Amino acid sequence: MSDETLEGADAPDHPPAWWRGDFVHGFVRSPVAIVSATIVAMLLLLAILAPFVAPYDVRDPAKANVVDARLPPSSTGMFGDQYSLGTDPQGRDMLSAMIYGLRTSLLVGLGAIGLAAACGIALGLAGGYFGGTIDAVIMRAADVQSSFPAILIALLIDGVTRTLMDRATHEALAVPILIAAIAASFWVQYARVVRGLVLVERGREYVLAARVTGVRTVTILFRHILPNVLGPVLVIATINVALAILTEATLSFLGVGIPPTQPSLGSLVRIGNEFLFSGDWWISLMPGGLLVVLSLGVNLFGDWLRDALNPRLAS
Amino acid sequence: MGFMIGRLGQTLIVLLVAALVSFMLFRYVGDPVNNMVGQAASLADREAMRTQLGLNDPVAVQFARFVGDVLRGDLGMSYRFGQPVSDLLLQRLPATLELSLLSILLAAGLGVPLGVWTALHPRSRSAKLLMLASLAGVALPTFLIGIVLILVFSVWLGWLPSFGRGEVVSFGAWTTGLLTASGLKALVLPSVTLGLFQMTLIMRLVRAEMQEVLRSDFIRFARARGLKRATVNYDHGLRNTLVPVITIVGLQFGNVFAFSVIVETVFQWPGLGLLVIQAIQFADVPLLAAYIVLVALCFAIINLVVDILYAVIDPRVGAAQLARGGPA
Amino acid sequence: MTTPLLQVENLRVEIATRHRDLVAIDDLSLSIGEGEVLGVVGESGAGKSITGNAILGLLEWPARKTGGRILLEGRRIDDLDEEEMRRLRGRQIGAVFQDPLASLDPLMTIGYQLVQTITTHLDISRDEARERAARLLAEVGIPAPRERLDSYPHELSGGMRQRIVLALAFCCEPRVVIADEPTTALDVSVQAQVIDLLKRMCRERGTAVMLVTHDMGVIAEAADRVAVMYAGRVVETGPTMDVLRAPLHPYSRGLMASIPSMRRAARDRTRADLPMIPGAMPRLDALPRGCAFHPRCPVAIARCARERPPFVPAGPSGGACWLVADGASGEVTAHA
Repeated sequence: MSDETLEGADAPDHPPAWWRGDFVHGFVRSPVAIVSATIVAMLLLLAILAPFVAPYDVRDPAKANVVDARLPPSSTGMFGDQYSLGTDPQGRDMLSAMIYGLRTSLLVGLGAIGLAAACGIALGLAGGYFGGTIDAVIMRAADVQSSFPAILIALLIDGVTRTLMDRATHEALAVPILIAAIAASFWVQYARVVRGLVLVERGREYVLAARVTGVRTVTILFRHILPNVLGPVLVIATINVALAILTEATLSFLGVGIPPTQPSLGSLVRIGNEFLFSGDWWISLMPGGLLVVLSLGVNLFGDWLRDALNPRLAS
Repeated sequence: MGFMIGRLGQTLIVLLVAALVSFMLFRYVGDPVNNMVGQAASLADREAMRTQLGLNDPVAVQFARFVGDVLRGDLGMSYRFGQPVSDLLLQRLPATLELSLLSILLAAGLGVPLGVWTALHPRSRSAKLLMLASLAGVALPTFLIGIVLILVFSVWLGWLPSFGRGEVVSFGAWTTGLLTASGLKALVLPSVTLGLFQMTLIMRLVRAEMQEVLRSDFIRFARARGLKRATVNYDHGLRNTLVPVITIVGLQFGNVFAFSVIVETVFQWPGLGLLVIQAIQFADVPLLAAYIVLVALCFAIINLVVDILYAVIDPRVGAAQLARGGPA
Repeated sequence: MTTPLLQVENLRVEIATRHRDLVAIDDLSLSIGEGEVLGVVGESGAGKSITGNAILGLLEWPARKTGGRILLEGRRIDDLDEEEMRRLRGRQIGAVFQDPLASLDPLMTIGYQLVQTITTHLDISRDEARERAARLLAEVGIPAPRERLDSYPHELSGGMRQRIVLALAFCCEPRVVIADEPTTALDVSVQAQVIDLLKRMCRERGTAVMLVTHDMGVIAEAADRVAVMYAGRVVETGPTMDVLRAPLHPYSRGLMASIPSMRRAARDRTRADLPMIPGAMPRLDALPRGCAFHPRCPVAIARCARERPPFVPAGPSGGACWLVADGASGEVTAHA
């Protein structure tokens, strides 16, 4: 037999190290991926470092100078404060408000999807693995809920909790409630995908072997099945994060999300909405612009990720 | 037949669950008695009021009464507006319906042809441009689109109004803005805002479905039989694409319902969406409870209609359902 | 020797990828005569279906024909424009594909699809077309043909659907039919019936058939001649019986040996092991130098790794192997 080095026919079966693999190769070659990932990374960094980066701490409403209200970008306030992007009707610095608002958006967006994924995965694992009534109930609930759009579900949940507790409690718990409300509208996708995968994996030999040798159910689920499931979940999650961020912004814009005392991109837009006709465009448009950049970045990266992971999913 | 009964049963269950949630809200949140007699009433008076209102009856009875009331159209009194809820809902319904219908027409009317076109010419420059533009529809939040449109067309250009419905004409219970110039002008920006997101969604959907269909074997076989290109693409391709698309567009109608809340807020459009926002802000429980039931009803009806439509259009589905229900 | 009905000469098909163009079909030549069934056999990915698509003019981006000629009844058809090619398809060249359920439009009745095809190519009225369709259904063995015209594809069994596909392929009396894995998706019990039907129909009409399959049993049943494909090339052709009994090319030999044969097992007193050819067919982007088969070949010599053997005719047969070209009969023992 020939002893030439051949690619392909006689190559060993081990895949190359992950940093040399197709995935990273595709990433480095795709301008879309690099740009969107960079944008998202930068915004994430900005949000995390908010207290250090923002020129003013806008979380405390008492610190704002009402006399400096509605100043255009690049102004100086009554007391010599620099406002590079102007101020809102309460005298808060726009730049700082936007940075903190970004932080809220990312917190709620990532938190909600994290929660949705966790619950969805758990329910999907349970339904797929145990089958029977548990599965039937979960899937019925999923069917019923999936016909309602996310916004509506989040809106109604938030609305109902608002009527159930008094104002002060609700304001204090606003962020967790919002995270829970948005998560409630997203869990279905994860549950369905995971359940499907579990049904497939359940019949595989390694699972049967594990069961026969008496490995505990929980171990089987987490050690064996879960890793196989994470790929598709990651793809769905990335695409959902953008939607969750927009949902939070929308709810805040409508006045039923983050309370107006805490910074949020959506509520900034709402506040600015009233002043459009007076020409104070920056209060609405700048947070809006930031929101768009964030959403586009996450969307593009999610799309690229889905396409990049797809052929591997197929195998 | 078995299929129909099954679906109806499912619908009923959804409605009952919604009614239950609504009832829970209505009954246990806040104190209806307090709202009616005020602070100074004595304990005895309160008790008497409770019995009179039927609040001391078993829960199941109260629920049954609630359902009965709902079926009769009695949805209680709004705390905030002081009017019967059913009146309020009926008053606002035409505005929302008109807006929703118009935007769906816009979305489908543009979305389907564009989707077909980009599927048939995937590598053309315009197709790539359209797909890029459609990204905007997905990534831009609806409220922002509305605000930008207001900024451009109302504030800067002054062509179109930025709030309200303009002049409306009444036909009995129905009011329409389609018959007046100001009404029509007022409809433009809100329906475009509402329809834009739907349109990009539909366009992407049609494109994806059609590409999938065009890859299938029966298309290849149709081409191998030498059928004309138009026949292959439209007679075989489009028809097969539209079957799932129609059902999804139908479900989109429900989406429009939800997004109308946003658009009505941006444009101060006096519809159901604006009503529910006000209900939430003022903790107007009867209104909120009624809205939940209404929403559930609408979605249930839409889903049912879509399922029936699907069974009618696709001979495979119809046959499968018939087989399940019994010999034809 | 009359002009063959279908001739493919030096066909070359390339597939464009992001990095470079891959060669899917390389210098492929074959011909089919009137009423003859040519079996084209090989593993998945050998290029059998691409050849069929090229002949039909259905190559789609990123695949495209970059060389060679295709002739139908002596006239070139590979350089026709789309509209002329469309008129040929269905009328002069028919096709049968693998999955009969997927081949039929699920939303239309059988009758509609038959009539549509007939009226596209033949200038007859719809009623006449319907008559013709009913007669075709009867010919392919569909019971109650007139009623069946109003049935939908999903209402019929797999065997019946493939018969209808055959009816659709033959409805305008084509000269050539490309049958791409026509029995692979069918139950074993139905396969034989469909093959018999195919044989009967093309014998009665004198149609040339290119029968693409990976199933040697089907070849043995139906093919008059065989072309064995490997990695985009024809490595051997010849009359079916000759290739089955005395294959020239080492790959063909491996294929024939892998057919279960009770007679041979009894003769060799071996267990019923199926000898497999070790390794796998190379991917298009990793084709070996020299002969594409040499890494898996049990009798490869040094020359096989350096130069690609040309196809050498040997009477009615021929093979692309240095051992064939050199006149050796394949008994040379392997050496590294």
